[in-house]
Amino acid sequence: MTQLVDYADAVRRFDPVLGIEVHVELGTRTKMFCPAEVEFGGDPNTQTTPVSLGLPGALPVVNGTAVEYAIRIGLALNCQIAESCRFARKNYFYPDVPKNFQTSQYDEPIAFDGWLDVELEDGTVHRVEIERAHMEEDAGKNTHVGGAAGRIHGADYSLVDYNRAGIPLVEIVTKPITGVGDRAPEVARAYVQALRDIFRALDVSEARMERGNVRADVNLSLRATPDAPLGTRTETKNVNSFRSVERAVRYEVSRQAAILDAGDTVVQETRHWHEDTGITTSGRVKSDAEDYRYFPEPDLVPVEPSREWVEEIRAGLPELPQAHRRRLQDEWGYADAEMRDVVNAGALDLIEATVAAGSSPAAARKWWMGELARRAKQDEVELADLAITPAQIGELQGLVDSGRINDKIARQVLDGVLAGEGDPEQVVVDRGLEIVSDDGALLSAIDEALAAQPDVVEKVRGGNQGPVGAIIGAVMKTTKGQADAKRVRELILERIGS
Amino acid sequence: MTDLTRLSAADLAQKLRRREVTSVEVTQAFLDRIAAVDGAVHAYLHVNAEEALATARDVDARREVGEELHPLAGVPIAVKDVVVTRGMPSTAGSKILEGWVPPYDATLVEKIRDARMPILGKTNMDEFAMGSSTEHSAYGNTHNPWDLERIPGGSGGGSAAALASFTAPLAIGTDTGGSIRQPGAVTGTVGVKPTYGSVSRYGLIALASSLDQAGPVTRTVMDSALLHELIGGHDPRDSTSIPEPLPALVEAAAQGAGGDLSGVRVGVVSQLQGEGYQEGVQARFTESLELLRRAGAEVVQVSCPHFEYALAAYYLILPAEASSNLAKFDGMRFGLRVEPEDGPVTAERVMAATRGAGFGDEVKRRIILGTYALSAGYYDAYYGSAQKVRTLIQQDFDAAFEQVDVLVSPTAPTTAFKLGEKLDDPLAMYLNDVATIPANLAGIPGISVPNGLAEPTDGGAAMPTGFQVLAPAKADDRLYRVGAALEAALEKSWGGPLLDRAPELG
Repeated sequence: MTQLVDYADAVRRFDPVLGIEVHVELGTRTKMFCPAEVEFGGDPNTQTTPVSLGLPGALPVVNGTAVEYAIRIGLALNCQIAESCRFARKNYFYPDVPKNFQTSQYDEPIAFDGWLDVELEDGTVHRVEIERAHMEEDAGKNTHVGGAAGRIHGADYSLVDYNRAGIPLVEIVTKPITGVGDRAPEVARAYVQALRDIFRALDVSEARMERGNVRADVNLSLRATPDAPLGTRTETKNVNSFRSVERAVRYEVSRQAAILDAGDTVVQETRHWHEDTGITTSGRVKSDAEDYRYFPEPDLVPVEPSREWVEEIRAGLPELPQAHRRRLQDEWGYADAEMRDVVNAGALDLIEATVAAGSSPAAARKWWMGELARRAKQDEVELADLAITPAQIGELQGLVDSGRINDKIARQVLDGVLAGEGDPEQVVVDRGLEIVSDDGALLSAIDEALAAQPDVVEKVRGGNQGPVGAIIGAVMKTTKGQADAKRVRELILERIGS
Repeated sequence: MTDLTRLSAADLAQKLRRREVTSVEVTQAFLDRIAAVDGAVHAYLHVNAEEALATARDVDARREVGEELHPLAGVPIAVKDVVVTRGMPSTAGSKILEGWVPPYDATLVEKIRDARMPILGKTNMDEFAMGSSTEHSAYGNTHNPWDLERIPGGSGGGSAAALASFTAPLAIGTDTGGSIRQPGAVTGTVGVKPTYGSVSRYGLIALASSLDQAGPVTRTVMDSALLHELIGGHDPRDSTSIPEPLPALVEAAAQGAGGDLSGVRVGVVSQLQGEGYQEGVQARFTESLELLRRAGAEVVQVSCPHFEYALAAYYLILPAEASSNLAKFDGMRFGLRVEPEDGPVTAERVMAATRGAGFGDEVKRRIILGTYALSAGYYDAYYGSAQKVRTLIQQDFDAAFEQVDVLVSPTAPTTAFKLGEKLDDPLAMYLNDVATIPANLAGIPGISVPNGLAEPTDGGAAMPTGFQVLAPAKADDRLYRVGAALEAALEKSWGGPLLDRAPELG
């Protein structure tokens, strides 16, 4: 195929338009339409009932908790909540869909017409308009055995696990996201990330990307100018990490630009994302031939959330991530840039927990964005994956604040904690790192140092305090650094003055 | 000794309670009768002798020690093969489910088992309940016990024929467009389609979800009331199940049997008589109206102008829902699996080969119709319009029930026709249900009560006719009151049940 167009060149000449569909698996105890228990990692086909296996005679019943979660999501995304909405059958034959139709919502979603403000790393805010959020059930999982790379083509046979079939999903669909220009990849990523944070804050899903709890389909089209009508879009399916969302958008911009440059037309199709090579390849062509024959699900009555219930859910919503960040920034007194760095470093939750463990916000930030960030980088791990907890940092800072150790010793304590020697207190005791606070011991060390440098006493008495530092240094050396320098200075001055 | 198989379920229950007879004796009597006559009738697809007798022995033992039992405990029952039964084949009359043994029971089967009723077996039916003659069964025809050359009605011809041939005292049927009532009419038995949502659909192999309803197939109105009260009621596993308790049905049947219908307003639906209705059918209907009048009922004519579109709407809604409900039969998880004769064995090709081999012509016809009716660009014209007609028919009923308490009509326009006669003419076959379909479209209850015999237009012995009573949704008790009153008046005039006049079999 044609060479890709350089990204910067592409977005100079074309205006990208995004549309993002995000599926989130809800963290309900049971499935969308049956009482099969949902748990990650069960043996294949153990979390099923006649309903989720689509056995003859089985009937669905709506999971009330899933409806509540969907309403929570809708409210968090500033949507209207339908007074009455129905499920519909989306008919298509595929072995991972046990009934050969998916029970979904079609023209009557539970939530619609919302928006979400998405903040980019530099603090720019884009408002993403939400078209709808609707409820549906997940399909089973196919495993293709034999052939290349788990693909169905060339496989000897395929296995189906229906544990996932019927897990409740909410699908959130944006309106076309325009006016983002060269920042399209960042906006796409930030939007998916913001949704993930909201799902977690709402406690409706574990929202773990690596488990497929959150899956994004990214639609992208290019047009010559922002005034031109929308171009033909492609839908890149199952882009399952934040980084991939960004990369997939960049790739499609470059690919489509090349097609348009060559005077060809973009084919409306679904595309597969390849994490390893960072490219998309053609899936099936979307055409009018694809007809899901939607019709209202006759086995289910309409879902009619009362306004009282919706308001009750609204009142019970937790603080959402954006508001939460704003409040913390106010409370902590961080500058905008400091706050952004903290958020971008993934340190927000860690610092919040550290503060909750008694540390000052400034000290907590100093630890996580300083020494700990350095160590994480050195070990090439995420901050949250360091072998130390916010509670331990809080405890460590407490030891510093109380004067039992100083900053320098604190780093040795940190070494001990990271080496698995226990909590900071334990490390201090085991390693004998506590500051010498016994004045008697300090005084004998001071007397010794003064005796060794008799001229110092004269200079100090003569009004020159400079040489005091030399005496402090000598004392610290004798005490192996475990002395409180401030106290040592006080004692020296007392001694000389007396 | 009395022939136990001739007794009503109510009488059997009483004899069991009084310990005049054991459940083993009763169950064995029916099993013997099945062995004697079902070769000719072929009402059963599967006979569950061993388990039925085990249940009977268990009931007898419990009764022996004085355990409190359900009124119908120990009374055997037959179940239409469209209802899933754990450990028993459940084919819905289709090759595509041959050999499938469900791992679970339908809710109504659970209730039957909880009541400790021996299940005699599974009864024959048109494949997936699509038909009015049981000729579309993949497992052979069921014969009308009144004339073995004739159809027993359908789709539930097996259940009705079992009752008419005394091989079961009770049976379960399902009614999507008349599949309980029309077989009842043509075999001289009683059949009730309850209010939609009053008997759980959980475990019914779905034909058309918004129309399907299970109900009793019996020889007397009281027996239907007894069985209806057992199988009905709210089921949290069926979202369309009605939360309120059933009305008092047995009480209504008992009241009706007293023969007094004073104050009851009966509406004769103008659109459900006349042209297309066999002369003898119309004559019996008129005679029955006179009996209702004599019992004190006020009989008036009412008009339901949109009924003329009912059949057309039904044959869009039913195939549309069926095309989706039957998609699951694909050879991937259960039942028949057929691999393509040549070429690659892919999932899609196995699905196509399985469905091609496993479904009969009528099923394929309706799947194709329904798929078309739901297709983009046709949905509004077909499925959408049919739903509008459905609303109009509901409004016709609403208006009619403002004037009267019940509506009545002949259940079926003709007596049983000969096997094979209409098999190649789907439209003629569909017309059998012209009087029963409106109730399914509106979700209201209906009963068919045997009301006499009529000469078939093609000669031969007189065949049974049925009288249909329809009531507003959730007022199933009215069916039983009026049905029992008519039954009592008719039996008085005949000097006994109509079925006494059926020819001896075997």
